Amino acid sequence: MTEPTSEKLGIILDRHRRDGTRLMQILRETQEALGWLSPPTLTAIAQGIGWPRAKVEGTAGFYSFFHTRPMGEYRVLWSDNITDRMLGSLDLMQAMCQKLWLEPGRVSEDGLVSVDTTSCTGMCDQGPAVLVNYRAIPRMTLARVEQMVELIRTRTPLAEWPQAWFVVEDNIRRADILLGNDMLPGDALKVCLARGADQPTMETASNERSFREAIHTGDAGPGATLDEIKRSGLRGRGGAGFTTGLKWEACRNARGDSRYVICNADEGEPGTFKDRVLLTRQPNLVFEGMTVAAYAIGASKGYLYLRGEYRYLLEPLESVLATRRRAGLLGRNMLGTPGFDFDIEIHLGAGAYICGEESALIESLEGKRGVPRNRPPYPVTNGFLNQPTVVNNVETFAAAALVALNGGDWYRRIGTPRSAGTKILSISGDCERPGLYEYPFGVTVRQVLADCGAHDSQAVQISGPSGICIGPDEFDRRIAFEDIPTAGAFMIFDMRRDIFDVVRNFIHFFAHESCGFCTPCRVGTTLLKNLMDKIAAGHGTRYDINEIYNLNRVLQSAAHCGLGHTAGNPLVHTLEKFRPAYERRLTSLEFEPAFDLDAALSEARQMTGRDDAAAHLATEPEASR
Amino acid sequence: MSEQTFTLDGQEIPFATGQSVMQAALSAGVFIPHLCYHPEFRPHGSCKLCTVKINGRPATSCTTPAAAGLEVESDTQEILDKRRTLLQMLLVEGNHFCPSCEKSGHCKLQALGYELGVMTPHFNHFYPDRPVDASHPDVLLDFNRCILCELCIRASAEVDGKNVFALAGRGIGKHLIVNAESGKLGDTDFALTDKAAQVCPVGVILAKRQGFAVPIGQRRFDAAPISAHVDEFRPVAPQAGGKP
Amino acid sequence: MTAARKVRIATASLAGCFGCHMSLLDIDERLLDLLRLVEFDRTPLTDIKTLGTRGPCDIGLIEGGVCNAENVHVLREFRAHCKILVAMGACAVNGGLPAQRNHLDLRDILSEVYHTEAGLAHGGIPNDPELPLPLNEVHPIHEVVKVDYFLPGCPPSADAIWKFLTDLLAGRTPHLPHGLIHYD
Repeated sequence: MTEPTSEKLGIILDRHRRDGTRLMQILRETQEALGWLSPPTLTAIAQGIGWPRAKVEGTAGFYSFFHTRPMGEYRVLWSDNITDRMLGSLDLMQAMCQKLWLEPGRVSEDGLVSVDTTSCTGMCDQGPAVLVNYRAIPRMTLARVEQMVELIRTRTPLAEWPQAWFVVEDNIRRADILLGNDMLPGDALKVCLARGADQPTMETASNERSFREAIHTGDAGPGATLDEIKRSGLRGRGGAGFTTGLKWEACRNARGDSRYVICNADEGEPGTFKDRVLLTRQPNLVFEGMTVAAYAIGASKGYLYLRGEYRYLLEPLESVLATRRRAGLLGRNMLGTPGFDFDIEIHLGAGAYICGEESALIESLEGKRGVPRNRPPYPVTNGFLNQPTVVNNVETFAAAALVALNGGDWYRRIGTPRSAGTKILSISGDCERPGLYEYPFGVTVRQVLADCGAHDSQAVQISGPSGICIGPDEFDRRIAFEDIPTAGAFMIFDMRRDIFDVVRNFIHFFAHESCGFCTPCRVGTTLLKNLMDKIAAGHGTRYDINEIYNLNRVLQSAAHCGLGHTAGNPLVHTLEKFRPAYERRLTSLEFEPAFDLDAALSEARQMTGRDDAAAHLATEPEASR
Repeated sequence: MSEQTFTLDGQEIPFATGQSVMQAALSAGVFIPHLCYHPEFRPHGSCKLCTVKINGRPATSCTTPAAAGLEVESDTQEILDKRRTLLQMLLVEGNHFCPSCEKSGHCKLQALGYELGVMTPHFNHFYPDRPVDASHPDVLLDFNRCILCELCIRASAEVDGKNVFALAGRGIGKHLIVNAESGKLGDTDFALTDKAAQVCPVGVILAKRQGFAVPIGQRRFDAAPISAHVDEFRPVAPQAGGKP
Repeated sequence: MTAARKVRIATASLAGCFGCHMSLLDIDERLLDLLRLVEFDRTPLTDIKTLGTRGPCDIGLIEGGVCNAENVHVLREFRAHCKILVAMGACAVNGGLPAQRNHLDLRDILSEVYHTEAGLAHGGIPNDPELPLPLNEVHPIHEVVKVDYFLPGCPPSADAIWKFLTDLLAGRTPHLPHGLIHYD
């Protein structure tokens, strides 16, 4: 390792106190500084943090955005969600590769550039989108591809690229209490503290234990705040819908040396982009919600785990945090309240959907491979650094801040009896006005489709690939925990679209994002992918459809976490509702090989120069049974 | 204290507090198929061979704490079918050519295949390209057979204190690596006497110059199926160095 | 005995070593029992070259994996004419030894064997149309046609073959107890 290199590395290591739990940030900053993570670099990092080298390499090798081999001075990654494809991403990527004389996934001979695909980057309402050196550029066009190729060829630094390219639109089409919020920073916290003063006895608080650890004795505020959260009926917005109040209470009651609040901004479910906009337009609401949680459970440290695709949000968010610190809304003795200490740090992910699973996120936050933990124990008792930890979605924290401000009863009146509050939908696909739509729970799919200008809709995929796919006869169903629960994705497909292509894209996504921990998901998602490719290549049979069902049963019952449990969902839903999309691709009801037998002789033909009849194999068996 | 029990396929199984369903079953002499479980190490829960149904819901028996009154199903057609599928997944994921493997007859993957009557890998083979590592003077690493149970990783970290092994990659690209910049076992402090050299359930970590020493017919699983070896898998007191 | 026609069996070795056929012969005197129940169609034992000329075949036993175009033709012929197709032995079941070339590029293999390797007269890669071309990869037979039963082993023992065939002939789903299932 050269002198300047090791000097740069030393600065990064020191900035992170040579703390192994900060390995993700160390790796990212090192890669940003040095271009890639070479074997000697990994060795030096391992020595710096006192970890086994193999463990450092293991972490580096887990995340898509870390590379342990050179990937070019410019790494262009095309978002490969189905919505990007519907907007022409594949053709544009191909055009880019042709202009650069490149194959996707390969680095150019001169080491200048590589072009590849990546999982949904959360720009579905303004695709096709790319990441260039992990900076988001939405709204790609052929003209932009041509310009970009020129900028790359001339080695123009990213800072000198047209700034308009990097503008990410918010596209808020319907705002309600969250997106339309105009609360001033600190307002909710002040109400929390005041609420404590209103309730002099601790008996009225739902719990009197843990706030003592962080807040001076006699303050009933945390318990009162928790009561409001519980009264609100707020449920987690990440998809699973666990009751927020119960989660916070369990964490508050858990034994531990310290407590942590983690905001899950690893918004990786394809078709979801609401957290990006919340963090752009309402960062104070989110941070305030985290601080409310810290106040309620007695935590003094919080983390925002931001997906690597949103790297461009890091500096703006850091500056919001700095402003809050100056305003006494973070740091020690917040709002002049002795013992009310809390601060927030932002950690960036590095391209791993699985880290949206809360225990995998915690592993990643500790510098490890993002593998979901065995549960129990749950994060509320044994979370970050084995301490009680609350992990909630960005939108959940934003809603919690409003509950703290306006009270649980106020919140509960919004939405339906079993689904309190509002839900932000990230709408993309075939409609006139894609973007964010915030509705009180209970809105029908039909209403949403009308509002966003969708016509001739064939299907809507709600809550992303792991969610559900519905057809027109279900459009009167409602967005609510008691009917269609959702983390927010709402992808619309009109009659022009081939549902098979949609599902195949989703299955490729799951195979790419499986962490590989358990056998059924690691191998099963790849087997499903292979079956979809087989059907797509025209080799599919009824036998393969049965195989899909069998694999899905094994995934559902034996996989380690939700990724594996739900990976077969898009197949099962669409085989039920859109079966002809599969059947019209099947070649027979019997058996067919997964590969083209004649093509399997191609290398031998090439080497022998033969092209006679015997040098070929008919695709159809000469005699069928 | 009265004995606590749960039922496993209708049979009463006693258990001690803190035991998993799997540990209690093995203690009682009832075999539940497994690959990543090892009595001397913390449960891992990755191979999923030990999947059972507990009160009607699928669960990993090696990581689920035993509790009084649980109704556990293990030996049912549905569960056996799923276990067969999991074995078939492992068989096509790697390159498992038993006739040329020194571990044949001693291999738990193979023995479970026999136990469950797996006659075919069923799926299309992946035939991955996984070069062997013969750099160590005493040990050959044949990654072709790795099933990613992480036992060597755990043994090297928790018992040997060496951290010779780790995982890299993700998903189907996940693979075993060793703790050396060269990537070669010969450049680590690994020794044949390490615990990590003793725990591989398949034929990845092999002592050199000792292959095929036991004649066919006398190998570990030749005489009796793996389920008859249940005594070997009974829980033991945790190893020194093994964390709780 | 009734006058019902005997069960007709055909066998072939594709990319195999004939070890499984040897093992079949190893059932020794039980061959005589077998021949009371079955007659052989196309097989190296009878030297009949084509299948189906004597009517439909009941059971086809395939040894070896699929490594070249001729293997594909034979396997398809068996599948077309046999009611029950059996993968017999490790190579038919999972590709076996020949499949251990699969991680290599076929072009590299041919170059190595016919161009690079010392001692060859650099005669080039044989290209006579009589010779079957090798496939890019060796495949177990179930990746090319539908297979009804699998009998693993390298080779399956004579006892395993006997148990398997007697089960099948008696109309039972073949079931091999411990000791008869072997992958090696």
